[in-house]
Amino acid sequence: MAKIRRNDKREMPALNTSSLPDIIFMLLFFFMSVTSMKEVNFKVHFTNPQATELTKLEKKSLVRYIYVGTPTAEFRKQYGAETRIQLDDAFADAKEVGDYIINERSSMKESDQGLMTVSIKADKETKMGIIADIKQELRRAYALKINYAATQRTSY
Amino acid sequence: MAKKIPEINASSMADISFLLLIFFLVTTSMDVNQGLARRLPAPIPPDAKVEDTDINKRNLFVVKINWENKLLVQGQELDVRQLRAKAKEFIANPEDKADMPKLYEEDFGQPFGTLKYTKEHVISVQNDAETQYQAYLEVQNELVRAYNELREECAQKYFHKSYNELDEEWQKKIQKIYPQKISEAEPKNYGGK
Repeated sequence: MAKIRRNDKREMPALNTSSLPDIIFMLLFFFMSVTSMKEVNFKVHFTNPQATELTKLEKKSLVRYIYVGTPTAEFRKQYGAETRIQLDDAFADAKEVGDYIINERSSMKESDQGLMTVSIKADKETKMGIIADIKQELRRAYALKINYAATQRTSY
Repeated sequence: MAKKIPEINASSMADISFLLLIFFLVTTSMDVNQGLARRLPAPIPPDAKVEDTDINKRNLFVVKINWENKLLVQGQELDVRQLRAKAKEFIANPEDKADMPKLYEEDFGQPFGTLKYTKEHVISVQNDAETQYQAYLEVQNELVRAYNELREECAQKYFHKSYNELDEEWQKKIQKIYPQKISEAEPKNYGGK
């Protein structure tokens, strides 16, 4: 029979690390939940307008975004302070919107193509002229389901 | 014998961590993509002749937004906050006024019975190229809200339930009573070349 050997020196008991995975998971979940994936690098600056009758965009894979706003500080030298359109990662002209949407749609699954939604994320100061141009382009591309991105208004 | 430090009981750690996790999950507002859903009209083929749409004047509700973001509703200046009430009155036309859309009687079956509704009304939104997006969206929002409120009232009246809680079948019926008809005019180039 082996005898339990006792050390004479006083020893700190080993720190119990069995809960460490829990903590790590907790952090992981926390960051997972708060992080909303950035779709692109914004080259335009925009503040969403406010509205009340909002619907949520459900399936992210079916949504394509069009950003409209003034170029951010780093691009202002190159592109000026006029309202510009951003598609994916590049500035674009209103005329390119239709082709972009057609392109994006053809890369989708055929069963999803009819369900594509285009979300227009435009700055609230934008003039309607440019929005009207985009809308005409979207109609040309038969992307009729659109969504004007907005934030919930709490009061007048 | 050496004094033994008792081990910390860590079995509740998992519970604490889950509690924290749930706390953060509940309190964190995730950045959800939401917005005002609309449907654009189908494009007009280039070779098609532009037909004069024959809409009776009484069936038409015109909202114009000018470059100063001011509203002209049915030829009257109006604040955007009053738009909803005016739109609701127009859509439902409860008093059968002569300058509001024609009422049609139709049997919608139980529990609605025979109802009068305005199936031919059209709300037309016209804006200037200089109109601000926020103003435009507010008008759209108020008009959608007018419809939503009418539908909600109808749901409350016949089912004593919120419209969103109803079955799809009933929602469709109510949608038929208050069909959403917001038309956007073809953009015109005022004073352009």
